[in-house]
Amino acid sequence: MTPLIEAEGLTRHFDLGRNQTVHAVDDVSLHIDQREIVGLVGESGSGKSTFGKTLLGLLDKTAGQVKFQGETLPQRYAPGDFQRHAQTMQMIFQDPYSSLNPRMTVGEIVGEGLRLHTSLSGREVRERVGDWLERVGLNAAHMARYPHEFSGGQRQRIGIARALIMGPEFVVCDEPISALDVSVQAQVVNLLGELKESMGLTMLFIAHDLSMVRYVSDRMAVMYLGSLIELGVSNNVFFHPKHPYTQMLVGSNPEPDPATERGRGRTAIRGEIPSPVNIRPGCRFANRCPKVMDVCRGTTPELKSVADPEGKEPDRLIACHLY
Amino acid sequence: MTAVIDQVTSALLEVRDLEVEFDTYGGTVRAVRGVSFEVHAGKTLAIVGESGCGKSVTVQSIMGLIPSPPGRIVGGTAKLRGKEIVDGVTADGEIVRGSRIGMIFQDPMTSLNPTMTIGDQIAETLQVHRGFSHSQALRLAVELLEMTRINEPSRRARQYPFEFSGGMLQRSMIAMAIACRPSILIADEPTTALDVTIQSQILDLLRDLQQENNMAIVLITHDLGVVARMADEVAVMYAGEFLETGTADDIFYNSAHPYTVGLRAAMPTNRDESEQDLMPIDGSPPDLFAPPPGCAYFARCPHAMEACRNDPPPGFAVGSGHMTRCWLHHADCSRRIEDLHYAAAAPLEGRDA
Repeated sequence: MTPLIEAEGLTRHFDLGRNQTVHAVDDVSLHIDQREIVGLVGESGSGKSTFGKTLLGLLDKTAGQVKFQGETLPQRYAPGDFQRHAQTMQMIFQDPYSSLNPRMTVGEIVGEGLRLHTSLSGREVRERVGDWLERVGLNAAHMARYPHEFSGGQRQRIGIARALIMGPEFVVCDEPISALDVSVQAQVVNLLGELKESMGLTMLFIAHDLSMVRYVSDRMAVMYLGSLIELGVSNNVFFHPKHPYTQMLVGSNPEPDPATERGRGRTAIRGEIPSPVNIRPGCRFANRCPKVMDVCRGTTPELKSVADPEGKEPDRLIACHLY
Repeated sequence: MTAVIDQVTSALLEVRDLEVEFDTYGGTVRAVRGVSFEVHAGKTLAIVGESGCGKSVTVQSIMGLIPSPPGRIVGGTAKLRGKEIVDGVTADGEIVRGSRIGMIFQDPMTSLNPTMTIGDQIAETLQVHRGFSHSQALRLAVELLEMTRINEPSRRARQYPFEFSGGMLQRSMIAMAIACRPSILIADEPTTALDVTIQSQILDLLRDLQQENNMAIVLITHDLGVVARMADEVAVMYAGEFLETGTADDIFYNSAHPYTVGLRAAMPTNRDESEQDLMPIDGSPPDLFAPPPGCAYFARCPHAMEACRNDPPPGFAVGSGHMTRCWLHHADCSRRIEDLHYAAAAPLEGRDA
């Protein structure tokens, strides 16, 4: 399979002045194949959203490059680039409350992309918006309403319609379900699954809910403090985590099953994610890692393929000196 | 007399038929509609439900934290060791709120005063409830920060909330809540704003403190994973009512209400590598301005029957200590509870789900 989108050494720093730099995303390489869903997990502050936004060009790249269908995308998007890529790449945002303009009707919100980027007439835009509202489980008559008239789950459907009405090939879903109730999360996940099938979408699914990411995605990528530290087939990463950080992340994931939870030992993970300002060389997880060695404090481990005795997992990549 | 009854039930906190309403411009919201539960020493009761179901209002009304007007308790009683609590104070004038019952909230950033040091805020509790001097209280505050495993507690006590991370703020909130050695700790979504790794640490801390002090915990959450991890007893709340109550095992392995079954089917499980499809619950909870006359879950229930439309189901005992409000458990119901877990949804005409 050919990758649809490829990030090579993608880096995004934020300069705070006074010689302080936030290393939000540092040298991340990741490719996503056509019609594949890659899940991206990690704690808050690990750079997941920044990676998604940099990948789409919503943020300029500090270093590295992104290739879409083999074409290298510009380091910094000009208005014309947004115009062109709005129809191939879109984003669904986390917070269904703050990501919809309260002064625009649902029809204006969902149709805005078509009005800006296509030459469709007003009537055609309204027709498409109506179709899409039906497609995401709302009603075409909802077009005249304002976002405050909808529940969280319905707003997230509006956000999905706004992104997908452009007919994109690649969608970044940034925590699309974390603000929703359990019963509604399943509605939205199933809707995304159906649309992925019918439109042949490729997705980067950012979330902190490991169980949901395992359920949704084909491969799972784990980020810690701006670095990609483990990548592999979702079930393998979840059930056989290799990086000590992934092991702890999976170990802290609460299971809705009392017997499993009773058998669980105490949390092994200590401390909290450190500040991403002016990171020193060495493994970023070294100060919290239970298996830390001398080499971890001096040398940054590279993301590399791990020899698998049975040859079952050629794709598993880990950045850890243990392997 | 009450003492005798207390020994029999041994409940620390006993709530009976609690009803809470809010007057709004749109009408009266019936937020809590007849809720009963008991809290026992050293045990954790989890109240689980979706946003707006009345979980927080239930405990806030017991603590006297509901602003009135617009809110008011229209029925029911809450008794702490047999003594009725009104507005956070027992009948004989003992202050319950913050003293016998401690409370922690979902968002520690907005629950703490940004203009006071962490140490002073914890000390304030001790000065108010225990009459300690400021220096005495401050010394104890540092000890409490140490108990909640904050590094360098004496330096940290002099810092302000903005200098703390989310996890450390929640630890400080816990330190404040346990300052007066409460017999009950109410934790309202204590880990919802935190990462799973920090959540795990906080849950461990709560359990350690519970074991050290034989403290009862009332845990309010929407996360069934957190429930499975912490709860001895579980109450499943929906539209202001408890639809099912029982032990954690009853609720998870022997779910007796279609809503409980539905919640579990809507979440991915990781028992093995197989992938079952997620089964969403269609529709949304009912409007509490005008609660449905029958079962609150009627409009969304895949097993709804004619009886459910207009007749509110009473509590049926499904086992020892396991109660559910569902007509399927009526002796004359032809459907069996086993069908709940497998039966395909039978459509019922005339519902506006």
